Amino acid sequence: MATGLLCAVGMFATGCAGDDDTTTASSTSGGNTIKVGVLHSLSGTMAISEVSVKDSELLAMEEINAKGGVLGKKLEPVIEDGASDWPTFAEKAQKLISQDKVAATFGGWTSASRKAMLPVFERNKSLLYYPVQYEGLEASPYIFYTGATTNQQIIPALEYLKEQKKTKTIYLVGSDYVFPRTANKEIKAWAKANGMKVLGEEYAPLGSTEFSTIVNKVKAAKPDAIFNTLNGDSNVAFFKQLEGAGLPSSKLPVVSVSVAEDEVRGIGASKVKGQLVAWNYYQTTKGATNDAFVKAYKAKYGQKRVTDDPIEAGYVGVKLWAAAVEKAGSTDPEKVKAASKGLTMDAPEGKVTIDGENQHIYKTARIGVINDKGLIDTVWESKGPIKPDPFLKTYPWAEGL
Amino acid sequence: MNTSTDTTGAAKAAPAGGTGTPGPGWFKRRVIGTKADVVPRITFAVVAFLLIVVAPGMLTAFRLDLLAKYLVFAIVAVGIALAWGRGGMLVLGQGLFFGLGGYVMAMHLQLADAGPGEKPMFMSLTGASDLPGLWEPFRSPVFTLVMVVALPMAVATLLGLLVFRSRVRGPYFAILTQALAAAFVILLVGQQDLTGGTNGLTVSTFFGLDLAKNSDKLTLYFIVLAVLLVVFLIARQMVKSRYGQLLVAVRDGEDRVRFLGYSPTTVKVVAFATAAGMAGVAGALFVPIVGIISPTSLGIVPSIEMVIWVAVGGRVSMAGAIAGALLVNFAKTELSEAMPSGWLYAQGLLFILVVAFAPRGLAGVGDWWRENRDRFDRFRPGARTAAPASGAAAGEGA
Repeated sequence: MATGLLCAVGMFATGCAGDDDTTTASSTSGGNTIKVGVLHSLSGTMAISEVSVKDSELLAMEEINAKGGVLGKKLEPVIEDGASDWPTFAEKAQKLISQDKVAATFGGWTSASRKAMLPVFERNKSLLYYPVQYEGLEASPYIFYTGATTNQQIIPALEYLKEQKKTKTIYLVGSDYVFPRTANKEIKAWAKANGMKVLGEEYAPLGSTEFSTIVNKVKAAKPDAIFNTLNGDSNVAFFKQLEGAGLPSSKLPVVSVSVAEDEVRGIGASKVKGQLVAWNYYQTTKGATNDAFVKAYKAKYGQKRVTDDPIEAGYVGVKLWAAAVEKAGSTDPEKVKAASKGLTMDAPEGKVTIDGENQHIYKTARIGVINDKGLIDTVWESKGPIKPDPFLKTYPWAEGL
Repeated sequence: MNTSTDTTGAAKAAPAGGTGTPGPGWFKRRVIGTKADVVPRITFAVVAFLLIVVAPGMLTAFRLDLLAKYLVFAIVAVGIALAWGRGGMLVLGQGLFFGLGGYVMAMHLQLADAGPGEKPMFMSLTGASDLPGLWEPFRSPVFTLVMVVALPMAVATLLGLLVFRSRVRGPYFAILTQALAAAFVILLVGQQDLTGGTNGLTVSTFFGLDLAKNSDKLTLYFIVLAVLLVVFLIARQMVKSRYGQLLVAVRDGEDRVRFLGYSPTTVKVVAFATAAGMAGVAGALFVPIVGIISPTSLGIVPSIEMVIWVAVGGRVSMAGAIAGALLVNFAKTELSEAMPSGWLYAQGLLFILVVAFAPRGLAGVGDWWRENRDRFDRFRPGARTAAPASGAAAGEGA
């Protein structure tokens, strides 16, 4: 009976005593390594996307170690599973900081996981590198955002539709969570200021595979294009049912902002061939740095694997942190932050620069078309990297947001 | 479940005599108790000592924080043990009540963090200019504390009256509670402007405690411990009382109880609402400890997990439920740290082992063994053939 309770507490105490021993042992003996945290969902619904990012972050660390490490010390990744559960992200972040004493953490995918970790990193004054495009409206002093904010992805995509495709009417389809809802709010404000008409706005629960209602509504509304913020598996069903309803990409183009090469691999290239996507990087992006990155990634994880935007952003995050540490001569977060201001690097996506003010990075926007091999060809790109503007301060239409 | 023995309750049923007047034999009667009381009481003392003295002294701030989280889960588990183990109501949607308590607390804490007249943090995301009217009353700490318990209890009472009166029970009731938890999640996600959507609500202070400071975290730990103790004592008192016997009677033969002139509806509603209130309190304490409440913590999967803790620990025993919550969550943390990509398999294996070899949970291992001993004896040469579960039947009398 109560013996169980006793044993639980006993186990806990001994288990933790063991923990403490190992940390003290490693911090006294391990003077030659720098611990860094890697915190992604390795289980649960988000694992399919996040495991690839974890892989690229480990690749970047391996490359850095092969070149002698940072400040003459090797990087030692400490991997934790966020389990697609936001409080778990907060718990593991705290564990990495206080138990493992990591110099920086690379991790997160969903906005919710970032929001859960944000107070932990701010409280402990420790650094998080977040690798995914997101809805903006945030600039934590202890987070570096290596993915795009809205003005580097969504707004260029809308402008592309308006200028190149002469789109007059759009329909918004998204998964029911924060990124699509906030993105759509911004899209509606933009559309209002730019004379584009939003014919409808529909949300499906995360992971939903039933789209006949939404597809019928879209069909009845007859938009010029669909703006798609659906996440993960839902895209498979959505594109399939769209095609089944007689709306292939030639008749009704869909612009997706959450479908990258890795997702195309899951959906099947044939179903999304010819559809538009908006990102900052594709596996096919030209440049020697990218060629080397793609080659190294495939060599390590298999020829069938593909690289995509978040995978690249994760890789870049590690490299940017290492460069800032070298420049600062220390892993102290405040010094790393100071050294990061205006730091420039030649990344697979091209030249990136850290904006000292909001700790996002300058990125080139690229619109791509999915080809039959499941890769994405760039059809349009912005003239040089765009300055990040997470709060859309430079856009008069965004004032009410 | 008819033959389920209740040795835990029986063992704990302390003698009613001795109303507190210290006299000769008082110490023996009140502190040591009867022979059957000795083991549980010693265990209780040891566990209390470990939790109050050893854990805060030995654990790092981070581990203590985790322990506090497990203790919060234990509060939910006690409620489930009461409703399910004693009352036979399989509550698969405790996430709903956990969430109600959690959101009520988070709303207040976000308003408190923001300060008077300022916007709470979540509104930076939604961009709304005015504070939603629903939020306004939660500026008051008293109102919040009342609602943490009252709101889940009110919802559960209402639901219970509707459902139990029309004699919905068994799997239908379980599915109904689960559907409600699912609906609650959809509501929270859909009303992003009001609830912060999937991101949930994050907090950084708790009634003046700074959640970043270790000393304040220690205070919070003791608050959680005290609340768990109170919840445990309430549940234990209920189980020991006449009401507790009535609850078990309703579980084992609802119609018979009805024919005796009792109202099973009332009996069940009380247990269900108490369990809901406990889940609400746990949700409210979960918020400052973890720093966030979001729909992922209260959907179908977390709700089922809550039942699993109790199943592992032993649903008829309050102490077993607490042990189950601590043990399962401890295993979850340890396994996921040891093998970040394979821990789910290990956790699954753990559940299979418990279900296969200890169907009544850890607390029921002893009972199960006593009842089935003769089955094993049969295979031994010269075994006692008679003596069926007479000992068990005696235990039922309590």
